[in-house]
Amino acid sequence: MTSPLGFLNRSAGRLSRHRRRPIAGLLLLMLGLVLTGTLYAAFAPSSTADSAKSDDELAAQGRKLFLVGCAFCHGQNGEGVSTQDGNQLGPSLVGVGSAAVDFQVGTGRMPAVQPGAQNPTKPVTYTDDEIAALAAYVASLGPGPAVPDPSDYSLAGLSEKEREEAVARGGQIFLTNCTACHNFAGKGGAMPRGGYAPNLSDTSAKHIYEALLTGPGQMDTFSNGNLSPEEKRDVIAYLYSLREQPQYGGFDLGGMGPVSEGLFAWIVGIGSLVGFATWIAAHTARSSRKKEEAAA
Amino acid sequence: MSIDTSKVATTNSTAAIASKPNRAGALAEWADDRLGLATLAKKNLRKVFPDHWSFMLGEIALWSFVVLLLSGVFLSLWFTPSMGETTYEGTYAQLRGIQMSEAYASALRLSFDVRGGLLMRQIHHWAAMLFVGSMMIHLLRVFFTGAHRKPRELNWAIGALLLLLGTLEGFTGYSLPDDLLSGTGIRAADGFLKSQPVIGTYMSFLLFGGEFPGDQIIPRLFIIHVLLIPGLLLALITAHMLLLVYHKHTQWPGPGRTEQNVVGFPMLPVYAAKAGGFFFIVFGTTALMGGLLSINPVWKFGPYDPSKVTAGSQPDWYMGWPDGALRIMPNIETHIWHHTISWNVLLPIIVLPSAMFGLLLMLPFIEAWITGDKRDHHLLQRPRNAPTRTAFMVSLITMYGLFWAAGGNDIIAIRLHLSINQITYFMRAAVFIGPAIAFFITKRWCISLQRKDNEDVLHGYETGIIMRSPEGGYSERHLPLSEERAYKLTARDRDPDVLGELEGGPDANGVEPHGGLAARLAGVRHRLRKLMYADNVQKPTVHELDEGHHHAEHEHELQAPMEGHAADGHQFDGHHLVEGEKLRADD
Amino acid sequence: MSDDHNHLPELPGDDALDAHTGHGGELVPEEPIANPGLPEHEWRPTDVDPNAEKRAERQVAGLFALSAVCAVLFVVSYFAFQINGGGGGQTVDTVFGLGASNVALGASLGFALLFIGIGLIQWARKLMSDHEIVEMRHPARSSDEDRAETLRVLDLGVEESGITRRPLIRNSLLGAVGILLAPAVVMLKDLGKTNAQIEANPPYPGAGLEHTVWDTGMRVVRDVVGTPIRPGDLEIGDLLNAEPEIVFEVGDDGKPVLEGVSLQVAKSKGAVVLVRMDPDDNKPGPGRENWAVDGILCYSKICTHVGCPISLNERKTHHLLCPCHQSTFDLADAAKVVFGPAARPLPQLPLMVNDEGYLVAQSDFKEPVGPSYWERDSQQSTSK
Repeated sequence: MTSPLGFLNRSAGRLSRHRRRPIAGLLLLMLGLVLTGTLYAAFAPSSTADSAKSDDELAAQGRKLFLVGCAFCHGQNGEGVSTQDGNQLGPSLVGVGSAAVDFQVGTGRMPAVQPGAQNPTKPVTYTDDEIAALAAYVASLGPGPAVPDPSDYSLAGLSEKEREEAVARGGQIFLTNCTACHNFAGKGGAMPRGGYAPNLSDTSAKHIYEALLTGPGQMDTFSNGNLSPEEKRDVIAYLYSLREQPQYGGFDLGGMGPVSEGLFAWIVGIGSLVGFATWIAAHTARSSRKKEEAAA
Repeated sequence: MSIDTSKVATTNSTAAIASKPNRAGALAEWADDRLGLATLAKKNLRKVFPDHWSFMLGEIALWSFVVLLLSGVFLSLWFTPSMGETTYEGTYAQLRGIQMSEAYASALRLSFDVRGGLLMRQIHHWAAMLFVGSMMIHLLRVFFTGAHRKPRELNWAIGALLLLLGTLEGFTGYSLPDDLLSGTGIRAADGFLKSQPVIGTYMSFLLFGGEFPGDQIIPRLFIIHVLLIPGLLLALITAHMLLLVYHKHTQWPGPGRTEQNVVGFPMLPVYAAKAGGFFFIVFGTTALMGGLLSINPVWKFGPYDPSKVTAGSQPDWYMGWPDGALRIMPNIETHIWHHTISWNVLLPIIVLPSAMFGLLLMLPFIEAWITGDKRDHHLLQRPRNAPTRTAFMVSLITMYGLFWAAGGNDIIAIRLHLSINQITYFMRAAVFIGPAIAFFITKRWCISLQRKDNEDVLHGYETGIIMRSPEGGYSERHLPLSEERAYKLTARDRDPDVLGELEGGPDANGVEPHGGLAARLAGVRHRLRKLMYADNVQKPTVHELDEGHHHAEHEHELQAPMEGHAADGHQFDGHHLVEGEKLRADD
Repeated sequence: MSDDHNHLPELPGDDALDAHTGHGGELVPEEPIANPGLPEHEWRPTDVDPNAEKRAERQVAGLFALSAVCAVLFVVSYFAFQINGGGGGQTVDTVFGLGASNVALGASLGFALLFIGIGLIQWARKLMSDHEIVEMRHPARSSDEDRAETLRVLDLGVEESGITRRPLIRNSLLGAVGILLAPAVVMLKDLGKTNAQIEANPPYPGAGLEHTVWDTGMRVVRDVVGTPIRPGDLEIGDLLNAEPEIVFEVGDDGKPVLEGVSLQVAKSKGAVVLVRMDPDDNKPGPGRENWAVDGILCYSKICTHVGCPISLNERKTHHLLCPCHQSTFDLADAAKVVFGPAARPLPQLPLMVNDEGYLVAQSDFKEPVGPSYWERDSQQSTSK
């Protein structure tokens, strides 16, 4: 069919043909999402704090976040909330310091979502800047351990030999103070009434340092008078050396010790050997054909 | 000679062995001139062994022992059994500058400076685990099938001793590297020794050469581990094998098999190949495990230090059950006349394992006393046909398993997110209740399996073919079992009629009991016999079998007109070809 | 069987074709189904089909060849993979994060062996004759003639020895051999000194089960680093693993005061934990009011169950848990046992502060440290 607007007809026909394809719906959806996202990113208010914000501003911002996400259990001013029968909903945060907040919120333990023997790690709810703000606010409630500087736990500046000595010393400190709860490979261990010392395999150096400083949950504190900052650094260096070392003897079966080894011995070892035995003694394939027996 | 060799199997193959005056023959003649081995060889080269997978479990133990010997010799070439203090400056950087014993340092050297050293350490340790584990399942197989009855009671006792020695061998072995984990175990062992009344401190001080830890324990454990116990093991294994050869292996009942014969395959060539092949398979599996699965990474534990410990401190699995008993034991101690009796350690770690081992050792004799059965037994029993015996062992396994789980209570707690306190309380009750429940369930299960077997023999097996009568009723077609299968199901002894026996009546020797203790024992025996036999289902009598056959024929008669031909019942068991036959009229 | 006339009424067994009378007078019937005898032999494909046979042969030979290849691979891996950077540092060859040498050696050795084994089994299953053979058993017992003959020669030998007729020789021999046990047993006496001997002549400080190296005025020092401790170093909630100072002491000659056996023994009894709690939380045992310093308490680290060191502390409940068998002690209540198999509380070390402000022991422990033993006199201790 021809008309002055024939080209429109042609393209309209083509377009409408495309519109009826199944993929059209998908493409439209994608377009809508991309558009919305871009618009949002461009116009949504940014919640990231300016790095040049002062401590007071940080603390004020932190208080706002605190009131929304933390005050229900920890009180409007972080003073703690007790229930009628004397139990605690959330402890007082006065004096716990920014290190405690950075640890608890940074590992996802806080905000706690349900009561239980212990708060497990969960996906982290707040951004790094929000955590810094919360930490600044809690630190303002009362003096307490501060978030460590990376230089506190880094081995930079040490010679090769000193590094080696630090790692070896850290191993001895680890075996004296930590393995009783966390096990020889830092894989964790049981505590009374459902508590546990968690697996350290994925914990960052900063968080290890903070945990040592603040004694989260039922963990003891290892204040700087107990384990000096150098000793803490040595322990962290040792743990990292454990992570970096190859599994010399093959897959390490979880690093839980003889229990998992026994399990593998039975399931893999005895299991495969009994399987072989079943094969060895099984009837072989039979043929229906007969064979002329040679004179015996 | 009192042995009748007239029926010893002769060769059945076509190959005739002509006299070959070649080098091998000359050598054999030279040897025989001096050793006279031909007499022995003639009888044993074609010795018959019956074939079943469950007969190979003991072989796993035997071959893993050989693997242990080979890998152990390798390790002993580098291991230094000394507690002399040294400062490590070797390859493993995380321990440089640390004080440790020579033993630990040599274990590090084997792991990091000897190529194949870590592999051999791991092969040795995995093989040890397989050694004890396979002995246990071999023990269970023997017990469940009744192979421990006369004349094999002594072989059973030897086997029980082998199990005990294997466990001790493993314990001394993994303690040799003097690492933190095994050292903690030695510390606990010292506590066990000390807990014993009167002799406790003496035993502890004599073993350790003074106060714990001293510097003597590792060299002493070394000599126990490489000389004393292996010597005993070798001697007992040899005795075990000799008795097996003399008694000949037991066999499952079946067509052609009787109490007077052994049916199977000859040693040369079939069993030599199968057993030899299995050795390579055991060795190969252990080597694969040693290469791919890390075990006992002593470098991570660090050297033993009495002020250090790791969470998840357990002994190797085969010591797990006494450890579990120790953990769940309530804290009972008696302080009396300026002395201390530590029941909390004594009962679970000294008394309980000794009692269990003693019971294990005496099982065939206790069973013989109860059953009064003095015949030789070479045919095995299916576990279901000895329900009480099977149930008893299952309840022992349950108790063992619960104690074993209690030994890993902290690992269970963190893996399953439970409270170790709750697990401990649960286990304290479970180790008593669990075996009782297991006994009951197993016994009833065996008896119902016996009933099922009888049903099959009397009424045939269920074919899955549903028939519909003209009146509209549904029934399932049963067809008779094949003769071999039916024979297998009935080739067992009838149990004695215990309900007809008098309590306090004559014992196995026909002697009336007199005296209080004898009468009480007779009463106990009677009750145990009732427990053993009274509930069992017996195989059908000839009369019952005839009735069953009549019934089946009757049913077939009724069904035949519906199908257009008389079904003789052998369509599915291979008795004759069925090509061309139609089972249904419209096929 | 000839000797079983002593047992219960004969049960149908091997020679079961006779009917016997049971207890109630009814007939105990014979076997319902007779033994059908050995089944007819069925051939395998490799027996009847020459192609299958050749295939099986090639298969078996192939497996052996594969094994040889793996053995060669073992030798190659042995030289190819480093485990210690060629003797220097620790640059270990790895594969997927696993030690390459171990994996390669293990896999190649394992398969080399497995293929031989599988090949042998295949050979037996597929190619070797699988006719079932019958061999007759013999009774386990010896024949009556042999038994009689044995008894006869035994009697003859014993008679000729005259031992039955000469009780003097017999008894004196028994006595002599019996007394030989004494040298054998006595020879083992020096396996180790007893506790009594060690306490009488202490070979090192703190010898014997009833003593440790702790002494009045001995400083409590941090484990591993050996530095002394002031009360102000610890915060409430701290748990510090500590040792007696003598463990790190170096003598005037530059050598450690304790080393080897004496060091290990000292640690095995002297290791302690320092815990600081709110002074109000602490309930000191009777007579122990001045054993703590400002809420800092010192307890033995060695469990009273079987001697594992303990330092799993629950900060808020001040419960100390032993990892070995889960004995739990309440540190605020004189380390009373609150759970688990330990029967006695942890011994407490009385603390004080010396002139320089460091934490020191007032004295040795007031009771033996560590696991219980027979001679341990619990009534003597000041704790309960």
